[in-house]
Amino acid sequence: MTTAPIRTTPAKGAVGTAHTRVEGRDKVTGAARYAGEIPFADLAHGWLALSTVARGRVSSVETAPVLAMPGVLAVLHHGNAPRVETDYIGILGKPDPTAAVFQHDRVPHVGWPVAMVVAETPEQAREAAEALVVRYEEEPHDVAFSGDHPGAYTLDSFMPAVTEKGDLEPALAASAVVVDEEYTTPEEHHAMMEPHAATARWDGGRLDVVDSNQGTGWVALELAKMFSLDPASVRVRSEHIGGGFGSKGLRAHQVAAVMGTTLLQRPVRVVMTRRQMFSLTGYRSPTAQRVRLGADADGRLLALEHRALSLTSTVHEFVEPSAGVARVMYDADAHRTANEVVRLDVPTPTFMRAPGEAPGSFALEAALDELAEKCGIDPIELRVRNEPDRGPVSGLPFSSRRLLACFREGAERFGWADRDPRPGLRREGRWLLGTGTAAASFGAGAGPSTAAVTAEPDGSFTVRIAAADIGTGARTALTLVAADTLEVTPDRVRVRIGDSDFGPAMIAGGSMGTRSWAWAVSAAARELRERLAPGADVPPEGITVRSDTSEAVGALAKKERHSFGAQFAEVAVDTGTGEVRVRRMLGIFAAGRIVNPLTARNQLVGGMAWGISMALHEEAVRDRATGGHYGADLAGYHVATHADVPRVEADWIDDPDPEDPVGIKGIGEIGIVGAAAAVANAVWHATGVRHRSLPIRPDRVLLADTGAPDA
Amino acid sequence: MKEFGYRRASDVSGAVALLDADPEARFLGGGTNLVDLMKTGVERPALLVDVRELPLDGIESTEDGALRIGATVTNSDLAAHPEVRRRYPALAQAVLAGASGQLRNMATVGGNLLQRTRCGYFTDVTKPCNKRVPGSGCPAIEGEHHNHAILGASGHCVAVHPSDMGVALAAFDAVVHYETAEGPGESPLAEFYLPVGETPHLETALPPGALITGVTLPPAAVAARSRYRKVRERASYAFAIGSIAAALDVRDGVVHDVRLAFGAVASRPWRARTAERALLGAPADAGAFAAAADAELAAAEPLPHNGYKVTLMRNLVVAVLTQLAEEAAR
Repeated sequence: MTTAPIRTTPAKGAVGTAHTRVEGRDKVTGAARYAGEIPFADLAHGWLALSTVARGRVSSVETAPVLAMPGVLAVLHHGNAPRVETDYIGILGKPDPTAAVFQHDRVPHVGWPVAMVVAETPEQAREAAEALVVRYEEEPHDVAFSGDHPGAYTLDSFMPAVTEKGDLEPALAASAVVVDEEYTTPEEHHAMMEPHAATARWDGGRLDVVDSNQGTGWVALELAKMFSLDPASVRVRSEHIGGGFGSKGLRAHQVAAVMGTTLLQRPVRVVMTRRQMFSLTGYRSPTAQRVRLGADADGRLLALEHRALSLTSTVHEFVEPSAGVARVMYDADAHRTANEVVRLDVPTPTFMRAPGEAPGSFALEAALDELAEKCGIDPIELRVRNEPDRGPVSGLPFSSRRLLACFREGAERFGWADRDPRPGLRREGRWLLGTGTAAASFGAGAGPSTAAVTAEPDGSFTVRIAAADIGTGARTALTLVAADTLEVTPDRVRVRIGDSDFGPAMIAGGSMGTRSWAWAVSAAARELRERLAPGADVPPEGITVRSDTSEAVGALAKKERHSFGAQFAEVAVDTGTGEVRVRRMLGIFAAGRIVNPLTARNQLVGGMAWGISMALHEEAVRDRATGGHYGADLAGYHVATHADVPRVEADWIDDPDPEDPVGIKGIGEIGIVGAAAAVANAVWHATGVRHRSLPIRPDRVLLADTGAPDA
Repeated sequence: MKEFGYRRASDVSGAVALLDADPEARFLGGGTNLVDLMKTGVERPALLVDVRELPLDGIESTEDGALRIGATVTNSDLAAHPEVRRRYPALAQAVLAGASGQLRNMATVGGNLLQRTRCGYFTDVTKPCNKRVPGSGCPAIEGEHHNHAILGASGHCVAVHPSDMGVALAAFDAVVHYETAEGPGESPLAEFYLPVGETPHLETALPPGALITGVTLPPAAVAARSRYRKVRERASYAFAIGSIAAALDVRDGVVHDVRLAFGAVASRPWRARTAERALLGAPADAGAFAAAADAELAAAEPLPHNGYKVTLMRNLVVAVLTQLAEEAAR
């Protein structure tokens, strides 16, 4: 990894120049404190006890022996826990009742919280929680996900479940070339480094929660509603976050900690283990997707259908909207997309990096590759021929769509022009070599935010915004944005984030964080700069200007707003052992204005590396007999290692939008989109075998018929 | 987790005496497996007897030409030792194929031999497992088993031994030395791991309370031309789904001597003696290699989702022996 020195005298402004993270030194020296390690006086420790059955009722919780164990202060369970409110609408809709712990005796999945032991030390709490005997009335469970599950139904989410135009069957019948395939992706987990952890305490009548989350205001509001508190009397802080990826919202640990501190009137900390995280912090649902493409002989799409099935729990509805990606990417006169779910006796899935787009782009972009093969057309040319000039479903214009420019730039740099399209021809020792490509897109939205910028008497500036830096470099990006707007060097700007007391702000989610926060910060900074008379004294309390972007965000013209990208991969496959190695990857993105090239590249490369991981490694295995996971730890759940991630390059092309007041599009998620498809398409090019189920494991490669000559 | 005591042993007899006095005590080497098992509740020792400081960290040639490796030699030191690299290259390669640099700096030879299976049912105390709780059942047979045994398993357990090092040691006829309160003892590696049968919880021939003090590798000229190949589900830092330690001596196009052992196919490192017998005197070509592999794997009893291992091991035998034969011909 290359680093760049911190610039103190920007020539043309700080934005657009590489800056190391402002908190980077604290993080690498260990000075940065994470939620589970911030000291509190008189701290007690809660440990969650989780159900070992997949469906049924708790018949008894044998608390007496555990209460007699050393250090144990309390055992909370459905029989004695305070009741909380769950009938409300939060910023992401209804709450997942998994977080509302100990409210009833029903058990809807393995790993459901049934009790919490609070003790003087974490070791005592853990020993007691693991010794706690909980008895169940067990009922038969169903955890078997399949594409033809009879319980499937369509489900709206932040997008409608179904879009439909034209007449699909006749269009398919009239098509010269048809692709009709099923693609599957497994259950995948966020697997962020830092576990979920929260400490709750009552402080002068206010609830104070130190947590690791993707939105302090979000979690504060949810806790206020759940515990029927005035929002102003709840403060949530989250200064450093060791990865979130969609998983760090309101979860069982914060609610349990609040219950614990309310009962004991001393600070209570709850930290999850890796195993607990596998069932309590959400995950990406497995998907079964059917893609039907009909095209004329020249590859122009006449019909497109994308149906995606995912699963949800029996207590909450969440849909992985994989079919949504076709609504943006490709048009056809007959066009149908549908997101469906089935309810099983499993934990509730949730948002995970590029929800919908990540698995959806695997299926759709792999199908496009199959169509290119059948038509005898280069995969990039196929996309050129099917480039829409308006949103295929919405009919709205694109704010900008530089997908083809990404492909042109990427093809040039990757050396695509020399590619022989025939599969299974290139051999280097035991390895068959192949290359593949895929398109990427991700929505570029914004959420209302408030910010405060203060001119301090010493000539420095303090920015306050309830933003969250989940590893993205947001704190640094906002420092640069503020510095440029204030026309000062970044070292004169101090950005404080991760505190719900700073006022409402967008969460770190949907690739919208930096875009939304930068909007609010620059608005306040601009007004402050105008207010500061040259040479005038700043009073001791400073001069503070606040901004609120609600109106401006709401006034944004309705358009198709997205980032786009082109992914390229070269792989080597040993069909004798089934090993697949990615040799190089290139991603070229059109993603608006890039604030900090250093951390932007980090975000994009990180997404692409995750795409390798998704293509080849990641898979949570569910044991059908018990309904729980098999190997729910980072030894059993494989993510790509350094050795799996070779030369990965990410770069971008100019993507200006003069109408957009911030110009930032967000880069948190697009890096993973299309990456797995590019790898899978390259595996086909190497071997002649289509792998439509992820991950492309050695056993699957080994048992597949190879179109290639014997090794 | 359960509170435990910690003692650091200063000599071998002291270590053995400490363990002898407490049936709930365990020796602690690098702790790279035991500590994980304590966190998950699979192991609940009352006392850890740290043996890392014992004077068992040497590697030396003996008068009869064998190589004696101390039990507390770290994986890193073992793989880096010039005699190991020269005389038993597959052993160095096997050790380097395992774990990560940090873990290899901690892990010891003795602990490596005694590490437990990574079967996900064994490591999860909420699930049945005959190895952990005798008589509770083996859910892997009907459940998740795509990385389980195809050879030598039983209806009571289909877990595989996780060691890479052990596969090379099995190929080279290693002998395990140990110390008990009654005195020293030894066990050839071929007899060190017990058959699974109906007692998968009984894993080794080590007497209760015994401390492994070292491993001896007898002299073997063939071992100097050896290879270890490991296949796993990612490029690094994962246990094998199939591995092979192979050594080959070819004279005039005919197999003069050969050693073969398989990893990740059985409850122990699997010495492929049937294949070795088939190869002795056979032409050193792919056809003979494949036939030998087939002879060994004829005993395989794959489960519904691990049959690929038969193909994988056959391909590995052919690929690695072919590579060794080609190198010998140069």
